[in-house]
Amino acid sequence: MTDRTIAVDYLARVEGEGALHVRIHDRTVEEVELRIFEPPRFFEAFLRGRSYLEAPDITARICGICPVAYQMSACHALEHGLGLTPAPAVRALRRLLYCGEWIESHALHVYLLHAPDFLGYPDAIRMAKDHPEAVHRGLKLKKAGNALMARLGGREIHPVNVRVGGFYRCPSREELDELRPTLEEALALAEETVRFAASFSFPSVEEPYEFVALRHPEEYPMNEGEIVSSRGLRIPATRFEEEFHELQVPHSHALHSVRRDGGSYLVGPMARYALNRDRLGPRADAIAREVGLEPVVTNPFRSVLVRAVEMVYACEEALRIVGSYRPPDRPFVSSSGPFDVPGCMAATEAPRGLLYHRYALDRSGEITEAKIVAPTSQNQKRIEDDLRDVVTRSLDLDDAGLTDACERAIRNHDPCISCATHFLTLDLQRN
Amino acid sequence: MAATRPTLAVFKFASCDGCQLTLLDCEDELLPLADRVEIVDFREASSAVRAGPYDLALVEGSVTIPSDLERIRSIRANSRVLVTIGACATAGGIQALRNFADVREFREVVYARPEFIETLATSTPIQDHVKVDFELRGCPINKVQLLEVITAFLGRRSPNVPKESVCLECKRRGNVCVLVAHGTPCLGPVTQAGCGAICPAFDRGCYGCFGPQDTPNAPSLSRTLVQLGMEPPALQRFYRTFNANAAVFRAAAEAASPTSEVP
Repeated sequence: MTDRTIAVDYLARVEGEGALHVRIHDRTVEEVELRIFEPPRFFEAFLRGRSYLEAPDITARICGICPVAYQMSACHALEHGLGLTPAPAVRALRRLLYCGEWIESHALHVYLLHAPDFLGYPDAIRMAKDHPEAVHRGLKLKKAGNALMARLGGREIHPVNVRVGGFYRCPSREELDELRPTLEEALALAEETVRFAASFSFPSVEEPYEFVALRHPEEYPMNEGEIVSSRGLRIPATRFEEEFHELQVPHSHALHSVRRDGGSYLVGPMARYALNRDRLGPRADAIAREVGLEPVVTNPFRSVLVRAVEMVYACEEALRIVGSYRPPDRPFVSSSGPFDVPGCMAATEAPRGLLYHRYALDRSGEITEAKIVAPTSQNQKRIEDDLRDVVTRSLDLDDAGLTDACERAIRNHDPCISCATHFLTLDLQRN
Repeated sequence: MAATRPTLAVFKFASCDGCQLTLLDCEDELLPLADRVEIVDFREASSAVRAGPYDLALVEGSVTIPSDLERIRSIRANSRVLVTIGACATAGGIQALRNFADVREFREVVYARPEFIETLATSTPIQDHVKVDFELRGCPINKVQLLEVITAFLGRRSPNVPKESVCLECKRRGNVCVLVAHGTPCLGPVTQAGCGAICPAFDRGCYGCFGPQDTPNAPSLSRTLVQLGMEPPALQRFYRTFNANAAVFRAAAEAASPTSEVP
C-alpha cells in the first residue's frame, strides 16, 4: 500500500486560521495534526506593564466572538486577587451578560457553522434557499443574544461597560424590562432549535472524553464554581496549573493543554452539560427530555443538541434575572491597594468552555505577568484524538469524503482558533 | 441574474475575527445582502470558495508574519475595490504594541520554543503595504457603517462615514460630558465618531477605539488630562491601546513619555 495524505489548507466555518494534515500509511493513521497558523499576537507579553484596570478591555480583543468571556475571567481573577466582592446585583448582571454571549455564540455555531454540515450545504446562506425558516430562526436568536449584550455592554462585540469590580453603569429596571419580549420570543425559538437539531441524522460515534467544566453548588456554571472532571477531579481554579499543563508543538501556534498525566480532555458545552445536567432550568430540562437527549453526551456530532439546550437555558436564566433585578447601590467596588498580589486567578465558562486567567501585579497595580488558557487550546489535543478515530473509521471513503469527515469532526467542537493562538505559557521564564 | 451579481470576498490577517463577525451580526440584512452580491470567499462563514477577481474585498487584520506580505499583494491584485475593516487593518491593532517593544522578547515570554514562531518585528496596517480604497475604523467596526460602505461601493459612490470627533456624536446623543462634568479622562475629543458615543453613555471616558478623528488636537487634550492629575505612564498607556500605531496617537504617546517634556 502507499502513503495517503489528507490536507485541508484553510479550514472553513471555524473562527480563525487553521489547517489539517493527516498522513495514512498502509491503512494506519500515522499522523494527525490540527495546524494552527493564525499569527501570534503576544497578548501575555504586552499585558505586562499595563494597569490591572485595563485587563478586561485588552483581553476582550483576543476574541471578537466571545469577548465577554475574557472580560469575565479577567475581572474575576483580579477581584479574587484583590479581595473585592461585587454586589449581588452586579453578580446577576454579569450572568445576564454571559447569557447574551452564550446565545449569540451558540446561535452562530448551531445555525451558521454547524447545521450546514448536517443538511449538506457549504454555508447558511445557501441553506436558506431551502430552509428559510430555520436560518431566519437562527438569525433572530443570534440577534436576541446580541441585543442583550448591547443593552448591558453598549455593543455586542467588545462591550464597553465591564470593569474590574462591577460595571461602569448599571442599567435601570426599565432598561432591562424592555428586553423581556425579545427574550421570551428567543426562548421559544431556542426550544424550536432543540427540536430542529434533534431532526438531524447523527453518525453513531462514542468518544472516551474526560470532561472538564466548572460546577457550582446551585447554578448551571458561568462565572463561578470549582473545576471538576468526569474522572473525579475537583479543585478550586487557583490550582488549575497544578493539574493542567501546556505544551508547545511545532505544528501549531497554539499551545496544547493536557492533563498532568499528558492525556487530552474536553471543555465546552458537552463537558458543562455532562457535569451539570442536574443544574439546568425547568424549560431546558423539559426540552432535553422531550427530544431524548442522553444525560451524558459522548457523540461529538450531538454537541449541536447540547448547544441548543444551553441556549434554552440561557434564555430562561436571562428572563429569571431580568424579572428579579434591582439595581445595586453602587455599580462597582474598587480597591485602594495594596496591589502587589502574585497570583490573581479565576476560571469562567466561555461559550466554548473553561477560560483560565492568572495575573501577577506589582505595588502600583501594574501587571507583571499574565497567563491565559483558552478553551480551544485545551481542546486541541482532544480534537486531534477525535480526528484519529474518524480517519480510522472512514478509511474506505475517497479523499473528498474523508476530508469532509475530518472537517466535520473539527467543527463539532466549534474551535476558536483566534482564541487559541494567543495563549501562551511562561515556561521559559520559570525555568 | 446570478452571473451579473458583483462578487464580495472577506479576508483575515492578524485579528480577533470581530470585524468579519460584524458582517454576520447584520442579522436582518445578511440574506438580502447575499441576494445582491455573490459572496465568493468568506472562510469563516462558508466552505465554498471561488477564486477572484473580486469586485469588493473586505480585509480584516494587520500584517504580522512574513507570508502576509505576499498574500495581501495577491488579494490587492485580484480586487477591484479593497476596503480595510477595523483597527487591526487600519492601524495595526492592539498587537502593534510590539512596535514599541522588542518582539524577540515578546516571543520568548509567550512560547517555550520561540524558534517555531516566525513573526515580523512590527504589526502594520494594510495601507502600509498596498493601495487601500477605503479604511473603515473601529475596534470593532460599526455594522451600520459597514453596510453603508458595502452599499456605497456597490453603487460606485463614496461612503458617507463622518470623520468628526466622538464629541459631536456625544452631544447628539444627549450625554453629559464626562470630561468636563466629572473630570473623567476621555479620548472623545481626538477620536473619530462611529461607535455612537457609547462609553460616555455608560459613564466612562472614550478609549479611542475608532482611532484619531480628522482634525485632532492631542497636545491640547494631553494638557487637560495632565491637569486632571493623570501621570505620564498612564497618559502614555491611554493613547497606546487599539490604535497605538495610528500617527496621531503614536505621537501623543511619545510626547507623554515619562522621559519627554509634558506637552
